[in-house]
Amino acid sequence: MSDVRSGSNSIKKIKTIALNAFREAVRDRILYNLVIFVLLITAAAIFLGDLTAGQEARTIVNLGLGAILVFGTFISIFVGVSLVSKEIEKKTVYAIFSKPIGRGEFITGKYLGLCLTLFVNVMIMGCGLSLALLFVGGGNLAFRVWGATLLIFYQLVILTAVAILFSSFSSPALSALLTFLIFLIAHFSTALRELSATLGSSASEFLFTALYYLLPNFSTFSFAANASRGEFPSLALLGGGAVYTCFYVAALLAMTILIFNRRNFK
Amino acid sequence: MTNIIEIENLSKDYEKGFFKKKKIRALDGLTLSVAPGQIFGFLGGNGAGKTTTIKILMRLLFPTEGGARILGSDISDVKMHSRIGYCPENPYFYDYLNASELMMYFAELLGIEPSKRRGKCEELLAKVGLQEKDWNRQLRKFSKGMLQRVGIAQSLINDPEVVFFDEPMSGLDPIGRREIRQLIEELRARGVTVFMSTHILSDIEALCDNVAILRNGKLAASGNLHDLLTKSGEVQTFEIIVKNVSAEIMRGELSNAAGFDVGEKPNGASIMVSEEDDIATVLSAARSRGGNLVSVQPVKQSLEELFVGSEE
Ligand SMILES: Nc1ncnc2c1ncn2[C@@H]1O[C@H](COP(=O)(O)OP(=O)(O)OP(=O)(O)O)[C@@H](O)[C@H]1O
Ligand SMILES: [Mg+2]
Repeated sequence: MSDVRSGSNSIKKIKTIALNAFREAVRDRILYNLVIFVLLITAAAIFLGDLTAGQEARTIVNLGLGAILVFGTFISIFVGVSLVSKEIEKKTVYAIFSKPIGRGEFITGKYLGLCLTLFVNVMIMGCGLSLALLFVGGGNLAFRVWGATLLIFYQLVILTAVAILFSSFSSPALSALLTFLIFLIAHFSTALRELSATLGSSASEFLFTALYYLLPNFSTFSFAANASRGEFPSLALLGGGAVYTCFYVAALLAMTILIFNRRNFK
Repeated sequence: MTNIIEIENLSKDYEKGFFKKKKIRALDGLTLSVAPGQIFGFLGGNGAGKTTTIKILMRLLFPTEGGARILGSDISDVKMHSRIGYCPENPYFYDYLNASELMMYFAELLGIEPSKRRGKCEELLAKVGLQEKDWNRQLRKFSKGMLQRVGIAQSLINDPEVVFFDEPMSGLDPIGRREIRQLIEELRARGVTVFMSTHILSDIEALCDNVAILRNGKLAASGNLHDLLTKSGEVQTFEIIVKNVSAEIMRGELSNAAGFDVGEKPNGASIMVSEEDDIATVLSAARSRGGNLVSVQPVKQSLEELFVGSEE
C-alpha cells in the first residue's frame, strides 16, 4: 500500500496526462488532416511539372509551408480551446480532481499533450514536403525547409497556450475567435506599428506599440518566403526564438493556471 | 480515534444570472463529523445540497464559508486525496477510452506500480459486476448503469481509506444494486469508511450505521439510524400480501383480533399488521381458507417521514 501512498511526482503525472491527451487527439482523428496535406503536395508536385525545376520547387515550398501553418493553426485554435473546456462540460474533470492531481499539473499535461500532437503533425507534414521537394529535384531545399518549419512550430506552440488561456475564462466559441484575432494581430503587429507611426495619432501609436511588445511577434517567425529562396534561418533566430517561445508559453500557462485554480466546476 | 471527516459551518452560494447577480444558498452552515469504519448515509430530497457538499469536499467547488477536513488534512491538501476515493453523481468518462484503458490511466495517475496495475484494474472491474466482454468496449457505448459501475470501480483503485459515493445505486438494475450493496458492506468490513448520498430508503436501512439528513441546505437531523427511528416514535408495520383469498374473507377471519388493516389486491388481499407476532396469525388465517403467501414487507413509515420531513 505504501507504494500508492507515496504517490508519483508531478513530472510523472504531467507525462501521463499529456500522453492521454495525445491519445485523445489521435482517436479523435486530429491527424486526418495529414491525408489532405499529402494529397495537396502530391498534386502540386505532379501538376506544377510545366514550370521550370527551380520555380516548381519554390512554389512547393511556399505551398507546403503555407499548408503547415494553416493546418497547424486550425488544430492549435480548435483543439486548444476545447482541450480543457470539453473536460469541464462533460464532467470528466470530476474524477481527475478528486485524485491527488493539481490543477496546474492538469493544465500543463493537457497543454503538452497537444504540443506533442502538433509536433508529430508538423513533423509528418515536414517530411511530406521534403519528399515532394526531393521528387522535383530540389534536394537542397528539401533540407532547408526544416528551419522555417521549426519556426512555424514555435508559433503553434504559443498560439495553443493563447487558446488555453482564453478557454479558461470564456466559452469555446469566443475563445476560438479571440485566439484567431491574436493570431492575425501577431502576424501583422510589425506592420500595424509602422502604419500607426505614420498616422500621427499618438493614442493609436501607443496602442500599437503596446500590442507590438505585448503580443507574440509572429512576423519574425514567418520565414516561408526566405525559405523558398533557399535561405536557412540564423541560429540566433532559431535559438532566440526557442527561448522567447519558452518564456512566452510559461507566462501564458501561469496565467491560465491562476485563473483555473479559482474555478468552480458546477 | 478521531473523526475521519469533519465539516464545519460549510455554506455555498450559487450565483444566478449574468448581470444581476442573484445568489442561491445551496448549503447553509453545515457542521458534521463522521467517525471511521462505518457506512454514513448522507440523505435529503432533491436539491437538498448533497451533491454540493460532496463536490466541495472533492475540491470541485469552493465553499462560500466554512471548511472541512478529511483524514485530518484540510480538503485543499492535494496529497490527502491519494487516500480517498470518489464516485460522482451520474459519472461520465472519456468517450475515446475503453473501460480498462480508463482504469489503467487512473492507476498510472495514482502512481500504482506498473506490475500491479493490470491485475488491480481487472479485479475491480470484475468486482463491480462489469462483464469481461465489456472491458474493451469504448465508454461512449456504455449504458448509464455500466458507467455507474465504472465510476465505482475507479474510485477504489488506490485502496482508499474513505470513499465518497454520490448516489451509488442510481441507474443500476436490481442485481447491480445487490452487488454494489455487497461491495459497500465489504468495504466496511475492511475498515473503509463509506460516505454515501442516496434517496433509496431500503439501501439506507440495509447499509447505514449513522445518517445525516439535509433539508434545504441545512442539517435537519443526524445520528445513529436506529436511534433516530426510535425517537421519531413510529412503530414498525408489515404489509402481508396473500393470494387466492379475498379481502372480504380475510376480514371475516381476522375480525376477532384488533390491529389488522385489510385491503383489496388483485386476486388477493393485503393486510397491515403492527406486531411481528401477528404475521403468523394472518398467515394461518389465510392458509385455513386456501390462501397463499405472496410477500411480507416491513414498512418503515418513520424513515420516510424522517426523510421528507415536516416543513416547519
Ligand atoms: N450549477 C448550479 N448552479 C446553480 N444552482 C445550483 C447548481 N447546482 C446545484 N444548484 C442548486 O443547489 C441546490 C442543491 O443542489 P444539489 O445538487 O447539491 O442537491 P442534491 O441534494 O444533490 O439533489 P439530488 O438529490 O437531486 O441530486 C439546489 O437548490 C440546486 O438548485
Ligand atoms: Mg445530487
